[in-house]
Amino acid sequence: MTKPEIEPYHKFYLYRRIVQAKLFIDRHYAQPIDLHQIADEAYFSKFHFTRLFKQAYGKTPHYYLTQVRLDQAKRLLADGEPVTQVCFSVGFDSSTSFAALFKKHAGMAPSVYQAKQLQRKALFNHNPLHAVPNCFAETYGWKNSNIR
Amino acid sequence: MITKVTHMCIYVLDQDSAYDFYINKLGFKVHTDVPMGADSRWLTVTPPDQPELEITLFPVKEGSMFNAETSKTMIELIKKGTFGAAVFTCQDLMVTYEELKVKGVVFKKPPTKEFYGFEALFSDDSGNWFSLSQLDIEK
Repeated sequence: MTKPEIEPYHKFYLYRRIVQAKLFIDRHYAQPIDLHQIADEAYFSKFHFTRLFKQAYGKTPHYYLTQVRLDQAKRLLADGEPVTQVCFSVGFDSSTSFAALFKKHAGMAPSVYQAKQLQRKALFNHNPLHAVPNCFAETYGWKNSNIR
Repeated sequence: MITKVTHMCIYVLDQDSAYDFYINKLGFKVHTDVPMGADSRWLTVTPPDQPELEITLFPVKEGSMFNAETSKTMIELIKKGTFGAAVFTCQDLMVTYEELKVKGVVFKKPPTKEFYGFEALFSDDSGNWFSLSQLDIEK
């Protein structure tokens, strides 16, 4: 077999393994997974994997895992879950490091973020039209309906 | 002068199905999901790294926006794949293409070399099609 015939299959296999690792993070972020396990899942050495993942997604696997956990934390906080419970249920093992990472990522403490989201939700519950730009509300006929 | 786009609208056939496609398959995030009365819902999503752009997923149905005839025509046109809705970009098209295929996204065109980089085309669950590009300048 000549090289040009081998190359596409090799690359295809490589892409599949990187995707497999990313999906592993998406599925298991709430568990205590680390870089070794993620790299093992895709049959890569740790350093080779980190390089390929960053090339594919523009961020390291560790950064991506943290981002997935923080995104899930935001969702749970917006639903009103207690901050400490959120921290552990998205895979962090220390509430101090969770609070610090959250603040770095979202620009505010988890409790402040939660208060803002609950306030936003209460506003929309009180008057759903606050969620919609006026032009859309008028076009879709919501402005003159009894949506309040 | 105009500075930014904050909202754009994609007409979909079914909001629940569109929610599943954009959130669980494409990996977008929910920005706002608020019921508007008994049978309507204001649903906006954002691309993962662009939280300031709200994409409204609005269902085509008879109402104050579309009369019965227009609604029927719109639904037919969307199903036929008439509308190209947006161009999305990604860091690595081949990897993203493989990931979306694993998640069940249907591509109309596989990654292909273009003068500006690589491009693939896929359709959403309604029939709207999108360009997914990897621009040379981003690499």
